[in-house]
Amino acid sequence: MKYPKNGRFGEFGGKYIPETLVPAIEELEENYQKFKNDKKFKKELDYYLKIYAGRPTPLYYAKNLSEKIGGAKIYLKREDLLHGGAHKINNTLGQALLAKKMNKKRIIAETGAGQHGVATAMACAALGMKAEVYMGYRDTIRQKQNVFRMNMLGCEVHPVKSGSKTLKDAINEAIRDWITNVENTYYLLGSAVGPHPYPVMVRDFQSVIGNEIKSQMKKINNKTPDIVIACVGGGSNAIGTFYPLVDSNSEIIGVEAAGHGLKSKMHSATLSAGSKGVLHGMMTYLLQDKEGQVTETHSISAGLDYPGVGPEHSYFKDNKRVKYHSATDSEVINAFLTLTRMEGIIPALESSHAIAEAIKVAKKSKKSESIVVTLSGRGDKDIEEVQNYLNKHDKN
Amino acid sequence: MTRIKEKFAELEAKNQKALISYIMVGFPNEKSTLLTVRGLIKGGIDIIELGFPFSDPLADGPVIQNASTISLEKGTKIEKFFTLVKKIRKETDIPLILMTYTNILYNKGYTKFISEAKKSGIDGFILPDMSIEESKEYLQAAKNNADTIFLISPNTSKSRIQKITKASSGFLYLVAVFGTTGIKSGIKKYSLDAIKNVKKLTKGKIPIGIGFGVSTPEDVKKYVNAGADAVIVGSAYLKLIEKTPQNQLESKIAAFTKKLKKQTIT
Repeated sequence: MKYPKNGRFGEFGGKYIPETLVPAIEELEENYQKFKNDKKFKKELDYYLKIYAGRPTPLYYAKNLSEKIGGAKIYLKREDLLHGGAHKINNTLGQALLAKKMNKKRIIAETGAGQHGVATAMACAALGMKAEVYMGYRDTIRQKQNVFRMNMLGCEVHPVKSGSKTLKDAINEAIRDWITNVENTYYLLGSAVGPHPYPVMVRDFQSVIGNEIKSQMKKINNKTPDIVIACVGGGSNAIGTFYPLVDSNSEIIGVEAAGHGLKSKMHSATLSAGSKGVLHGMMTYLLQDKEGQVTETHSISAGLDYPGVGPEHSYFKDNKRVKYHSATDSEVINAFLTLTRMEGIIPALESSHAIAEAIKVAKKSKKSESIVVTLSGRGDKDIEEVQNYLNKHDKN
Repeated sequence: MTRIKEKFAELEAKNQKALISYIMVGFPNEKSTLLTVRGLIKGGIDIIELGFPFSDPLADGPVIQNASTISLEKGTKIEKFFTLVKKIRKETDIPLILMTYTNILYNKGYTKFISEAKKSGIDGFILPDMSIEESKEYLQAAKNNADTIFLISPNTSKSRIQKITKASSGFLYLVAVFGTTGIKSGIKKYSLDAIKNVKKLTKGKIPIGIGFGVSTPEDVKKYVNAGADAVIVGSAYLKLIEKTPQNQLESKIAAFTKKLKKQTIT
């Protein structure tokens, strides 16, 4: 869906927002429409993506891994090599530049694992703006390195102690801040979620991933990849990977966090196990109880620990264009260790969900086939988490 | 005529404005909700908003957030809530409005939820995250059944106010200040101007209620003087409930309500 009418992807999306935010959302939509096709804006963004963030990112053939499995050739889209260590910078540069054009003096953002917060802090520093970031208290503990990084980058981090103290609560708090300071504040949302136009805007800024995959695979194979895989929390790296390929013949797979298993209630697999509902301004699949109360989630990766999902993913689930699978914490740790040892690439725990799926899929595939996995971020931030897991489970 | 409409007509005849209270059901427990309601009635409240908790109350400040969390922890459920409303209905005829978030209604189905709520004695709904653009199904379900009270803000455009007024019944909820519920910012000139502008635009077609950050008799007086038809007090009630022992709850709530209500009699 190129530009969703009324902000709806099928029945999903929309803008379920407090009235105070309506003028801000309308102003944002107007400006986004104006600047997305503006030559000067595009040129400027392009400059920052290339020279500051390090685009295009390589498409790496994981030879050792592919040969060991003995199936399809596995290619890694190396978003982990971007400045900041994750795909998040694609979106933060786009939105920060837009905010600057809109003359907004104050930027706020939410963050889960801290990657979006860091990418926001970097983009704002580069463009001479100031950012404040809301982060769940639990996440500030498990990702304390990123809190320090944000502080060094000149960004104030507000720990959020309400609710489950993770990403969903950080979004609630950022929205409350926005309601209060609506007149001078730009809310720089980090995933393809929230009220329209955020899901489509974030998708567009992240589509650089899928567009590069398309042209890189064309050079290698003269066709689009047979299978494309990306991890899904809110779903921004996934929608950026998938969207440019939805009209192709590629098989597309999104991978959610199954945590301790889909039957355990300790997971974040919204599309695999959720039901329709309204949260954070959008209609989408949610993890909720029978009464419509949003439930707490679990994932070993803070970045996927979210009970909702981008509305366009809900749309692709229902029209079956994309298959949504999941990987458990233990499968993820195995994938993390496998890729690290075989290719010398340390993936983020989020991205390790996609790697886990790729290993499963490759086993059942033909040697002539190609799989592209979006490696959305690097895993340096996760070393302690992995260490703790291994100590607890006595695997080493 | 709905109970809410009747109430505004009755007050107009008496030359009074409406005092509306917001309380969170099940905070800190069901018994205190009943006692609070009795105190409100004794104190002369005109309309009661019953808050039903939601896990993610993004339009609410810390006081109502905390009350939601406690209410949910104490096991507040929809069926239990309807039973409580029936109990309240046996004791009083004053209008009862349910304030919660869209997902609670959407999850059960708008039609089913609204008809069950209506049966238990609810007269209208306030959903702070229900924007007019997304309200078609909700409005259809509520039609001829319950009042739909929409919110407007001091930054809402004229054309939107007109659109929202058309979809609203009971009263129009004017959010006094930029912020979440319970915000302490004092009374701003833009809030008083907003009342005047909205009154002018709506030409008396619908009463205007003002809320968010209204906590003292002085606040009530200022908004009444500026032309509000109703004043809504929420977080201040929850703070009082939180610090009052249960055996004094009814009388303390009644006394506070009396002080507020006095300001609405002109």
